[in-house]
Amino acid sequence: MTDATNNGGPVLAADGTPLKKSLAKALRLQKMRALGLIAPLLIFVMVSFIIPIGSMLFRSVENGLVSETLPLTVAELQQWNGDSSEPPGEEVFSAFVADMVVAIEAKNHTRLGTRLNYEKTGMSSLFRKSGRKIKNLDPAVDGPFKEKLIDIDKRWGDVETWRTIKTHSVGITNGYFLNAVDMRRTPEGAQSQPEDKQILITLFKRTLIMSLAITASCILLGYPVAWILANLPARTANILMILVLLPFWTSLLVRTSAWKVMLQQQGVINEVLVWLGMVPDDARLVMINNQFGTIVAMTHILLPFMILPMYSVMQTIQPTYLRAAKSMGATNWTAFWRVYFPLSVPGIGAGSILVFILSIGYYITPEIVGGTKGVFISNRIAYHISSSLNWGLAAALGAILLAVVLVLYWAYDKIVGIDNVKLG
Amino acid sequence: MKLSTLTALAVTTALVAPAAIAEEMTIVSWGGAYTKSQKNAYHDPYSEKSGITIINDDSSAEAVAKLRAMNEAGNVTWDVVDVVAADAIRLCDEGLAMEINPDEHLAPAPDGTSAADDFGDLIVSDCFIPQIVYSTTFGYRTDLVGDTPPTSVCAVFDTEAYPGKRSLEKRSINNMEWALLCDGVAKEDVYDVLETEEGQNQALAKLDTIKDDVIWWSAGADTPQLLADGEVVMGSTYNGRLFSVIEEQNQPVAMLWDAQVFDLDGWIIPAGLSDERKQRALDYIYFATDTQRLADQAKWISYGPARASSAPLVGQHADLGIDMAPHMPTDPNNAKNTFLYNYEFWADYRDDIEAKFQAWLAK
Amino acid sequence: MAALTPISRKPLSLVLPTVAAAGGLLGLFVGTANGSGFMGIVIGAALIAAMAFVFITILKNEQVSKWISIVLFAAGGFFFAGIPAMILGLVFGWLFHWFIYWLYEGRYRAKVLPYLTPGQVLWHYGFRVICGAIFVFLITPILVVMPLSFNSQDFFTFTPEMLQFKAEGYSLKHYKDFFSNNEWQRSFKNSLLIAPIATIISVSLGTLAAIGLSQSHVPGRRAIMAIMISPMIVPLIISATGMFFFYSDIGNWLEGTLGLPKNFVGYVKVILAHSVLGIPFVIITVTATLVGFDQSLTRAAANMGADPVRTFFKIQMPLILPGVISGGLFAFITSFDEVVVVLFVGSASQKTLPWQMFTGLREQISPTILAVATILVGISICLLATVELLRRRSERLRGMSPT
Repeated sequence: MTDATNNGGPVLAADGTPLKKSLAKALRLQKMRALGLIAPLLIFVMVSFIIPIGSMLFRSVENGLVSETLPLTVAELQQWNGDSSEPPGEEVFSAFVADMVVAIEAKNHTRLGTRLNYEKTGMSSLFRKSGRKIKNLDPAVDGPFKEKLIDIDKRWGDVETWRTIKTHSVGITNGYFLNAVDMRRTPEGAQSQPEDKQILITLFKRTLIMSLAITASCILLGYPVAWILANLPARTANILMILVLLPFWTSLLVRTSAWKVMLQQQGVINEVLVWLGMVPDDARLVMINNQFGTIVAMTHILLPFMILPMYSVMQTIQPTYLRAAKSMGATNWTAFWRVYFPLSVPGIGAGSILVFILSIGYYITPEIVGGTKGVFISNRIAYHISSSLNWGLAAALGAILLAVVLVLYWAYDKIVGIDNVKLG
Repeated sequence: MKLSTLTALAVTTALVAPAAIAEEMTIVSWGGAYTKSQKNAYHDPYSEKSGITIINDDSSAEAVAKLRAMNEAGNVTWDVVDVVAADAIRLCDEGLAMEINPDEHLAPAPDGTSAADDFGDLIVSDCFIPQIVYSTTFGYRTDLVGDTPPTSVCAVFDTEAYPGKRSLEKRSINNMEWALLCDGVAKEDVYDVLETEEGQNQALAKLDTIKDDVIWWSAGADTPQLLADGEVVMGSTYNGRLFSVIEEQNQPVAMLWDAQVFDLDGWIIPAGLSDERKQRALDYIYFATDTQRLADQAKWISYGPARASSAPLVGQHADLGIDMAPHMPTDPNNAKNTFLYNYEFWADYRDDIEAKFQAWLAK
Repeated sequence: MAALTPISRKPLSLVLPTVAAAGGLLGLFVGTANGSGFMGIVIGAALIAAMAFVFITILKNEQVSKWISIVLFAAGGFFFAGIPAMILGLVFGWLFHWFIYWLYEGRYRAKVLPYLTPGQVLWHYGFRVICGAIFVFLITPILVVMPLSFNSQDFFTFTPEMLQFKAEGYSLKHYKDFFSNNEWQRSFKNSLLIAPIATIISVSLGTLAAIGLSQSHVPGRRAIMAIMISPMIVPLIISATGMFFFYSDIGNWLEGTLGLPKNFVGYVKVILAHSVLGIPFVIITVTATLVGFDQSLTRAAANMGADPVRTFFKIQMPLILPGVISGGLFAFITSFDEVVVVLFVGSASQKTLPWQMFTGLREQISPTILAVATILVGISICLLATVELLRRRSERLRGMSPT
């Protein structure tokens, strides 16, 4: 390099181009090649996963149904003061009838009722029942409508009904996210849910705490096993490895049912304890349908995800390091804690990330063994997706869960470093 | 690797190609013994008559969500779907199910009574074609209840007389009603009370008295298993499951028909089918819901046919050879004290009460 | 290392109290079961200590004393609780005899380093006992459900007949159900078809991408990594609904525009969905292996005239193979055990084994799912054992000493 600068001119590569340019070209080529290798998968994941999931999560703020179904009403309601104790005037009612006649034609009014029923109980039947009668009205000639609607159902004269419609008529709403954190959207702004409906924050906390507990117990149980697998002669280790892989191969549903058979009050463990006289027959241990059951079953299910990465990291740690430490006077504990343990941290990291993330999203096992105190937020997400059809709320819950995981992932990256993770 | 993928795909094509040619329709149901009874009573005779292959899809538990997704994606692959009435109402409200005109689309009774009259009140939604009447009721272990077997549903709330665990469904529907009934509310007032905040709290307070003794179930097969294990003394489930436990599996279990909650299960046809498929689905429905077919299903499962005209035709169990009529929830001996599920009420209050119920459960 | 440590007989003052303690522990269980835990401890301790004393000082014959011990315990077990306890007695008789001689002959020292202190030896074995307990935790649930798959009833319950080892408590009907029931057979075949193909796709794409990611100067590396492992992070139920929309569009296009048969398209959808779910596992494992990969090897290969493809298969692939295999294993299991996504993306003709099990559990609890699990466990034991035997054989052929 120094020679080159001394000569004054740019350094040339073998083919005569300046070295700097040639290097840059090589670097660019290398980048292109790397991206070329990544591209197929990246595109595949982007198209088939990120975009669909993104559009699914977008439902957590999307709220076009009200303003699309009742465009005229929503416009008229802007004039109405939601704080007043008087229901809106005739112009809103006639706009509403005009909207409804179109909506009933398209069979959209019941959908709207279901949507608004999430916010105010009774809206579903109000729209369904009134729909049958409003169908026969002609918006052009049958007015005025205020009296007629209140005759059809007195709830149309209720200020709350109109307030609900007005509050939830915005196209992009924060309502679902507020619901997801035990709050609700009201005309007066965000307010907390009544106490007897607050559950989701509790579930979020419980999900995090239990996932941490599961991760911790996996580390506790996985570490000795991984250590012994890595330090036994290969023959023995491979046979013991079968014991780790067998549960891993066995269906999650089977293992969950197995834990039910094991843990319930007439189950295997209780029967054995009673048979041995350790536990009186009338005071059998309650080990399932609570948090204990969930933690035990999930630890069992996720333990291989902890052991395998730990094992592959520990395999690379030379046993001579420990002996060297000991020969220099370290006690067993010091040798382990100051030499072996730090070297095995990447394995713990990879295992913990896997176990924690997987356990946060589980819902089948907690549903089966969790009872009332052992269920996770994912169980509620599944409920809102498949039973209540409140996909907006499900998406909001999912988005929050995802954000929590990403924050933890980011924190982990800062503290341990994601490159410092070995899985196999 | 690419090559092996291609080979594998080629193998796949070879495997699956022939099946796609035959004329077929997909019927969605619950799976297990229930699908088997439908297959025997409806699918097989229909296939024989029409030459259409019927594919069973056991997805009814996810039907509501999946139908909505299919509808939004504009690709409905199901032809006929078996759902409970409450789901049918929701699907109809969401515009995901086709509206049915009973007199046009369903067969009249043999004596000429119109389908609308034959089904009567059971047509609870414009989209719903009733198939069976089932009930959610309690079964108890005969060997664990002592000398005085329970006769009233309130035994569930009486942990002194009947100590031990009981299993209840992990949702508010039915449990809230039973709680109020056993808290002194008259049967006809239950839903009026439940409409109010105080009424809901009253029901939850009643449930609170047994909360520690309850195992909550979410799949219909749970209570039979818990009863067979002796894990619970009594538990609620569908009457057909209990029939299977008692008569087919010979377990020491008996039925407590008191305050059984009638519910309906039936067909819907998804909205947005092509005309050809819609015609085929309607043709199937016309065949499968006539008086004789509905009565036939009761040979394999102890659910009552939804048509009034089918009841006298209910025969014997296909394998066990016992009379099925006394095992029907609608049999006069069993239906001395019944409770009718209020669809309209739950369509409105389900979101609200369910949220409170789940919050109460988690406390 | 194994034979280095000389072993010597230990004095009775060490052997007798230790075996007496072990005997006391067993006595505690037998005692509480029969009324008095304290009496159990005393009798158990005295009995075992006496046994050890007689064996060591009077009999002095290991074979004879072994049979005496086994017969004695079996008879005792039969006396207390019939046939099941007799079998336990056989095991315990053998175990106590082994334990007495293991201590007395000093065999416990044979396999540890000669310079360890007694405390370290104790820890050595204590640690193994802890690990043994964890292995028991891992394997017991599976062992427990195996006998249930031979249940003659349709429940997951140990019936009294089963516990008394009566023939009528057992039957093969759940196995018969699995082999004769079309639904089970079809779903088993579907799983065997879908899982390997999904694994191949995620492994091949994932490995390529991991190699790309491991090169220096990749722009936006963290973001790309985050995107690729996202299928693992998003709760499955959300993934399932989200993916449904995408795959039904793809399905429409394949069926409508390309005119492919419906069933085939169904399989493609499930396979692609499962391969996306498997990708994070492959990416994480393979990038981790590549962190330690020496890039100068590929340069050396290129220097000697190998083209990139040849370099990949001859140099990189063999070295990163362990990572690829374990990633593939995770991906395979993800697909083979996945139930939520297939419920949404698949249709009836793509019903997989977990789906069938899920319906089975929900609609009628039937030990058939346990029979399936037992069969799968049997198959995987055979596979793993074969792999291990092959490994040992190739080791022997290559003249390596067993490690």
